[in-house]
Amino acid sequence: MTGTGDLRSRALAALETVVDPEIPTLTIGDLGILRDVEVHGDAVAVVITPTYTGCPAMAMIALEIETALARAGIAGHVRTSLAPAWTTDWLTDAARAKLAASGIAPPGPAGSRRALFGEDRPACPLCRSADTERISEFGSTACKALYRCRACREPFDAFKCH
Amino acid sequence: MTPQPDAAQSGVATPVEYRSAMATTSIALEETPIIRLLLGWADDALILGHRLSEWTGHAPMLEEELALANIALDLIGQARLLYAHAGALSGHTEDQLAYLRDVPAWRNCLIMELPNGDFAFSIARLLLVSAVTDPFWQAATASSDATVAAIAAKAEKETAYHLRHAGEWLVRLGDGTAESHRRAQAALDTLWPYTGELFTTVDPGLVAAGVAPDPQALRQAWEASVAAILARATLVRPKDGWMQSGGRSGRHTEHLGFLLAEMQFLQRSYPGAAW
Repeated sequence: MTGTGDLRSRALAALETVVDPEIPTLTIGDLGILRDVEVHGDAVAVVITPTYTGCPAMAMIALEIETALARAGIAGHVRTSLAPAWTTDWLTDAARAKLAASGIAPPGPAGSRRALFGEDRPACPLCRSADTERISEFGSTACKALYRCRACREPFDAFKCH
Repeated sequence: MTPQPDAAQSGVATPVEYRSAMATTSIALEETPIIRLLLGWADDALILGHRLSEWTGHAPMLEEELALANIALDLIGQARLLYAHAGALSGHTEDQLAYLRDVPAWRNCLIMELPNGDFAFSIARLLLVSAVTDPFWQAATASSDATVAAIAAKAEKETAYHLRHAGEWLVRLGDGTAESHRRAQAALDTLWPYTGELFTTVDPGLVAAGVAPDPQALRQAWEASVAAILARATLVRPKDGWMQSGGRSGRHTEHLGFLLAEMQFLQRSYPGAAW
């Protein structure tokens, strides 16, 4: 393995510890916002793409990336790339499973306006019933909407399709 | 707003860099057509976002509190990206553009800065504005400016939610009680003379170059979605008459000064203050 490849894999390993502060069950890799790690000589540039335009977690995530790199003894900085725009289709399968396991309905495919508007109702992440209803399009964070299961009566968060 | 990396600059600004950039009470800005265009869009988003954020702690119910705060967050996020883009061209940071310009340098449409009024007024305004920003951002996804197109790719999804949310509320208010109907109609009547400015002509060179959507081309979509909502809400579309303007050229209502006084207070009183 070359020195460059080694630095890149060390950086990637360090970044495994960086999670979304609002959904700490997900790493930035799970979320799909970690786009690339570029090696420039002795330092790395970590390229991330914002999820939602006003997501307040992004500044925190950038800081945590720099902290994780520093902890691993790697010089580096964060670069934000806006294009291509992040979509929920970039969530990995592992991310979807982790979301469901923590009681948050994962998003369906983001291909249509119907999906964007949540007209394809998410199944209850707790009892799996498909009989759910939307309480509010805006939930506890910018990326989630609030639903209720009509079968088990539990309210739950659903990750919005974007 | 805290320093955040953007497309043009890499890394989080250090506190020293931040203090030095903000250690003044105003900036001199040379507005080229593209900077002026971007500031118009950014100022619209930030000022309306700020107004919506004023509902935090005052909304009629918890779900609505979350919704309005979320919409405000989307708009402030859109503003940040646009300021970062304008700032990369003008040599400023997004915080300098937000905090270190006084009233005549603001380019937002007047409708954004009007005080919140009652809930019906805030919702009617959000509908009238979102009904144009929705087709605007959809058109802007095809902008020849790659950064504008990238911002639009996110913003058009967010704005679609805003339009639907405001529409659903306006239908409930208009088609609700006699009192909610009266207030919704009064809000529309008051706001209507401010809607003409939403279609203010922009630099024709930037439209020809495919950077900016032509505001006139958005009018049909705006009319259609407003008409559809008003019909369901049993509200009457006010007649087009004299339209108030001036915001895009820096002639503002007295309300913007009060808003800026609150929003910019810290940076103006303690230039360069950082977390």
